Amino acid sequence: MSGGVDSSVAAALMKEDGYDVTGIMLKLWKGEAANNESGCCSLDAAEDARRVAQVLDIPFYVLNFADEFSSTVVDHFTRQYAAGLTPNPCVECNRSIKFAALLDRARMYEADVLATGHYARTDCVDGRYRLLRAREPGKDQSYVLYMLGQEELELARFPVGRYSKPEIRRIAASLGLRTAGKPESQDLCFVPNGNTHAFIAQKVPEGSVPGPIVTSEGRKLGTHKGFAHYTVGQRKGLGIGVGLPLYVTEIRSSDNTVVVAGSGEMHVDHISVEEVSFVAGPPEPEFRADVMTRYRGPQVSAVVRVDGDGATVTFETPQPRPAPGQTAVFYRGEEVLGGGTIGSVGRRKEPSPPGDGRQEPAA
Amino acid sequence: MVYLDYAATTPMMDEVIAAMLPYQQQYFGNPSSVYAAGREAKKGLEEAREKVAAAIGAQPAEVVFTAGGTEADNLALKGAVAKADPRRRHVITTSIEHHAVLHSAEWLERQGCRVTFLPVDNNGILNLDALKASLSPETSLVSVMLANNEVGTIQPLREVVEIVKEHSRAVVHTDAVQGLGKIPVDVEALGVDMAAFAAHKLGGPKGVGALYLRRKTAIAPQLHGGGQERQLRSGTPNVAGIVGFGTAAEVSASEVAGQGVKLAELRDRLQDRIVHAIPDVSVNGGDGPRVPGTLSVCIQGVEGESLLLMLDSRGVAASSGSACASGSLEPSHVLMAMGVAPETAHGSLRLSMGRGSLGLDVDALVETLSQVVARLRSIAPRFAKSAS
Repeated sequence: MSGGVDSSVAAALMKEDGYDVTGIMLKLWKGEAANNESGCCSLDAAEDARRVAQVLDIPFYVLNFADEFSSTVVDHFTRQYAAGLTPNPCVECNRSIKFAALLDRARMYEADVLATGHYARTDCVDGRYRLLRAREPGKDQSYVLYMLGQEELELARFPVGRYSKPEIRRIAASLGLRTAGKPESQDLCFVPNGNTHAFIAQKVPEGSVPGPIVTSEGRKLGTHKGFAHYTVGQRKGLGIGVGLPLYVTEIRSSDNTVVVAGSGEMHVDHISVEEVSFVAGPPEPEFRADVMTRYRGPQVSAVVRVDGDGATVTFETPQPRPAPGQTAVFYRGEEVLGGGTIGSVGRRKEPSPPGDGRQEPAA
Repeated sequence: MVYLDYAATTPMMDEVIAAMLPYQQQYFGNPSSVYAAGREAKKGLEEAREKVAAAIGAQPAEVVFTAGGTEADNLALKGAVAKADPRRRHVITTSIEHHAVLHSAEWLERQGCRVTFLPVDNNGILNLDALKASLSPETSLVSVMLANNEVGTIQPLREVVEIVKEHSRAVVHTDAVQGLGKIPVDVEALGVDMAAFAAHKLGGPKGVGALYLRRKTAIAPQLHGGGQERQLRSGTPNVAGIVGFGTAAEVSASEVAGQGVKLAELRDRLQDRIVHAIPDVSVNGGDGPRVPGTLSVCIQGVEGESLLLMLDSRGVAASSGSACASGSLEPSHVLMAMGVAPETAHGSLRLSMGRGSLGLDVDALVETLSQVVARLRSIAPRFAKSAS
């Protein structure tokens, strides 16, 4: 329970389903962000969550995962930026904290299930658990849960995924929960005051030194404020005007260079995906899927070719270049098949041979 | 529910509730008012002052009522330093104090005071040589707790006072919140100049406390207003609460000696059974003098939070370290100061017993605890708690 409306209602719905519910709040951060008004580790958030637990008449505990969070999610975040990549800390948190460290505790406490406030759904068909999109596509969070396997899904429950956000707020209000009208938190919970640039500047000093912005031919167009402050695909905030829209196509941490190009070079045919996992194993070595490469981005038809713990995704039509370090998730209809971390991206018309795509600089 | 957290708070005694009741409605007057209703309230207030004074071996005029132990500690530390000669801005305290003292001392440090935090030994007992060595002509205040809230160890306060008085002109304050009601407390015999007390630790209501202030000890008030409590603590007194405190102090003073023997016996039996039933358990402060009824152990390989959660689900109320509202979940500063390793301190459990614990089913409790520990140890979490 984060002190937000979704996890509040998740607890309420589980109780309504007849479960003997215990509320758990994760204390993830001991730095400055803990005092953020919006931060999920703030005292206000803890008080809100505790009050919801009181109203629902369930026990409430705060578990300290600050060390684990720092050594996994925050370290990963800074290492990725230092390598010129764009990490997704929410995915890392689900992988290392919520559905690892917390799930272990749930087992330890003899819990039958672990419910969270994520907008997603699960079901079980022929003894196999499936991870499905939320009923309301606009709120769907199955993207950040792709790493869940059978072992995790056996315990995981996402009760709010059956509802729309307004319905969740209505349920919260009808139960008299004080979190009913709480605004959505958008910021990363561990970044003080939502100032990601300041946080990166502090944590990744080597990526916060000005350097050249160049074209793919090497022509210098301007100066950037530090490579770690840019994302592949970014158009705004480059500070250069050449009359045409320019996009970041590559971030080179090795020589502190940001490469830009016009929209012509912006699209790619395929991407390589690393550390791939599947909800129930890969369907076939090569399969068609709808692939998402951005949270709440479009779903794009593609062919996924699995190779060891990596995969090559070849799009049916060229796509705007996704940012290495971000997450690619494979869907079939509303079902999550699996996903991984985006490595290199390419423009070759033909799918590259296995392994080839990973020669370009990437983590 | 098996309640084993008397060091956190206690249920109010029946006698206390009965004594307080008339002051909620019948004698509702403001004790500063001159008419009959006010006089009744004032009478209740002064009777309570006499009872508290008698329970701690003080004169009634030496008792200043506050809104709790924390306020009494704040008033003592900040009030004494504010009155001290500006050239004598040195404060000595220990590293195992309650946060009411520790954080007040740290606040004084930020105001420009020099503060010495004295070390303790493995049993949580203050090092008297270190005390002697740290005293100087600039020392204006020494604050040493009577009994520790987490492990229950009792400090050699009389020796502390002797050393301080022999080597300096400093006043001595003691946070006696965990002493009163558990062991006989006599401020005269201890020789301290100030002492803080809280009613709810001995069967009284929450939100009521007192500062014992020896005659001629100068402190500056920290709350300004109507000048109640001999100008030292402004604000309309919490008459009903103070009356309850008086009754709790009176009853517990009459019971403390006899009950202490029984509680110490119970605590020792519980300790013995736990140590024999559960492998890899260490007792904190077990070799020093302790208040009866308090037992602190570290259980290797389990996390305190998980332990409490599992015990709670089985109807056992206990605590890990102290029950402060901060929810800091950091390893206890007391155990750290006693030289306990951080990963060991994460598995600390405090079982504290009081008036209602004498019928405790030790066998059933130890059985429950063994089961919970075995369960927690059987599943190794992906991340073991490590030193941070």
